Amino acid sequence: MTATATESDNLVRAVNVTKAFGSHEVLKGIDLDVDAKQVVCLLGPSGSGKTTFLRLINQMETLTGGRIWVGGELVGIEERKGKLHVRKDKDIARQRSRIGMVFQRFNLFPHMTAIENVMEAPVKVKRLPKDQIKKEALELLDMVGLGERANFYPSQLSGGQQQRVAIARALAMKPELLLFDEPTSALDPELVGEVLGVMRNLANEGTTMIVVTHEMGFAREVADRVVFMDQGVVVEEGAPNEVLLNPKEERTKSFLRRVKQQAEAEAAHDEELIQTLEVIGD
Amino acid sequence: MTTTTETRPAVSDERPGLIHATPVRHPWRWVAIAVIVVLALMFLNMLIFNPAFNWPFVLQAMIQSPVIEGFWKGTILVTILAMIFGVTLGVILAVMRLSDNPILRGVSWLYTWFFRAIPRYVLLVIMGQLGLLFAEGIALGVPFDWKFIEWFGLSGDWRIGPFDANAIFVGLAGGVIGLAASEAAYMAEIARAGILSVDRGQMEAAQALGMSRGKAMRRIVLPQAMRVIVPPTGNETIAMLKDTSLLIGIPVGTELFFQLQAIGNRTFQIFPILVAATIYYLIASSVLMVGQAYLERRFGRGFGAAVSAEKDEAAKGLAIGAAK
Repeated sequence: MTATATESDNLVRAVNVTKAFGSHEVLKGIDLDVDAKQVVCLLGPSGSGKTTFLRLINQMETLTGGRIWVGGELVGIEERKGKLHVRKDKDIARQRSRIGMVFQRFNLFPHMTAIENVMEAPVKVKRLPKDQIKKEALELLDMVGLGERANFYPSQLSGGQQQRVAIARALAMKPELLLFDEPTSALDPELVGEVLGVMRNLANEGTTMIVVTHEMGFAREVADRVVFMDQGVVVEEGAPNEVLLNPKEERTKSFLRRVKQQAEAEAAHDEELIQTLEVIGD
Repeated sequence: MTTTTETRPAVSDERPGLIHATPVRHPWRWVAIAVIVVLALMFLNMLIFNPAFNWPFVLQAMIQSPVIEGFWKGTILVTILAMIFGVTLGVILAVMRLSDNPILRGVSWLYTWFFRAIPRYVLLVIMGQLGLLFAEGIALGVPFDWKFIEWFGLSGDWRIGPFDANAIFVGLAGGVIGLAASEAAYMAEIARAGILSVDRGQMEAAQALGMSRGKAMRRIVLPQAMRVIVPPTGNETIAMLKDTSLLIGIPVGTELFFQLQAIGNRTFQIFPILVAATIYYLIASSVLMVGQAYLERRFGRGFGAAVSAEKDEAAKGLAIGAAK
């Protein structure tokens, strides 16, 4: 890594990040630091800008204002002789290759098998030898519990399996940072657990992760820090137990109340289901 | 119908078994079959007994060496080359049309506008006369070199050549260039539709892995776009096969239909010649359909087991059809 050191040793440092689509301001000055080996969960109602912020880190969108550093390197722009220049496409591709991204809709390459999906970037971007990569790819698929599905096409896998392949694909580039954009939102409820399980293991191994999620349980259990966003600003951030159990800001409280109501409604529904099934018997 | 089926069956231990019901009758199908059989017999009768067909002459005409040469060179070779160049240029035009660069977008649009407007026959006639524009031949070198030479007071020229323009634009080469140029305009639209059919998330996922736009296009987007591009391209190829009969506009004589017509004109056997041409075109397009079915299967990989199985069946059916 050829990073020019910044003042801090944060892996990700965002200062006063703003993003506008036309006249619509989505982000209004976000500050966020993520240290290496930290897991940060971004929470908040839909439309709060958390996905946009995540996409800015990986340059899926371009910054309107502020700065983001990843590994000490400015994202998307560089300073030469005191002037800012937009980075060349090749340079942006290099920056992206250091960051893994997992999408809500998996975005696996449908014309390639699971293992071909995992091998694609190391072979075609890093130009590493195929046989070595194949071994690593199989290990990664084993790690996400899909070693036996290596030669399946995405269309032959369930949503949860596809998302686990997508995680393996992102890991194949040995990224310094993993971004998750609502990785379980497109999954059937019974498939959420397997994906969260893989993410939990990654967190335990010390992978640096920024996760946009609605899974409060996961955030509370796995995150080192949660960041609550609303209407383009960070409302509150801190340790998960602090923010989730003892929120200080009214907006956080009302969001958590809504989440709780929803969970209660679901729980009531589940309870009903359990009772129905109890009538039938064991 | 007995009344017992109308009422609820009596409670009994016997459970209903396999169904042996009389199928619905389709009397009109038999009428249709009868009509078609009669028509087919009439047609067959004409084919066999109408002297205008003169089958021995059809076969003889088909195996004349100028005809066979015309078929391989003017029809098959020109079709293949024109499609290779046309598809390649068409895909490039489509990528240009979808690029961020407004100049490239404009050039692509202009090209498509121009070449879609000109009928192929007219274009081929123009190709044949293009030599008029380059009476002194065509040379490769520095553009406007005479101006530079004048400025710097030098002598001589900065070019290779000249080559005879007629050698380039007349004959089969001219045919390939003209047909490919026209084809590219249509292929550009087909390829553009194919590229647009691929989910945006595919490009994003590829770029997130560190691929450049170009590599993502080649490795991820285009292979998926092919699934949409191949069927209409098959159509285009078959259309191209038939459009090679326009090569006479250049004029090129080494071509199937022209050669057959020449025989017809000499012998006054007009109809057998047309039958011979029809048979040739039928055979060639049947072979192309098998190729298309294969390509569809190849690029349909990963898009559902059911889909590819269906395609396999289609390929088999076509292969059998072509073999007959």
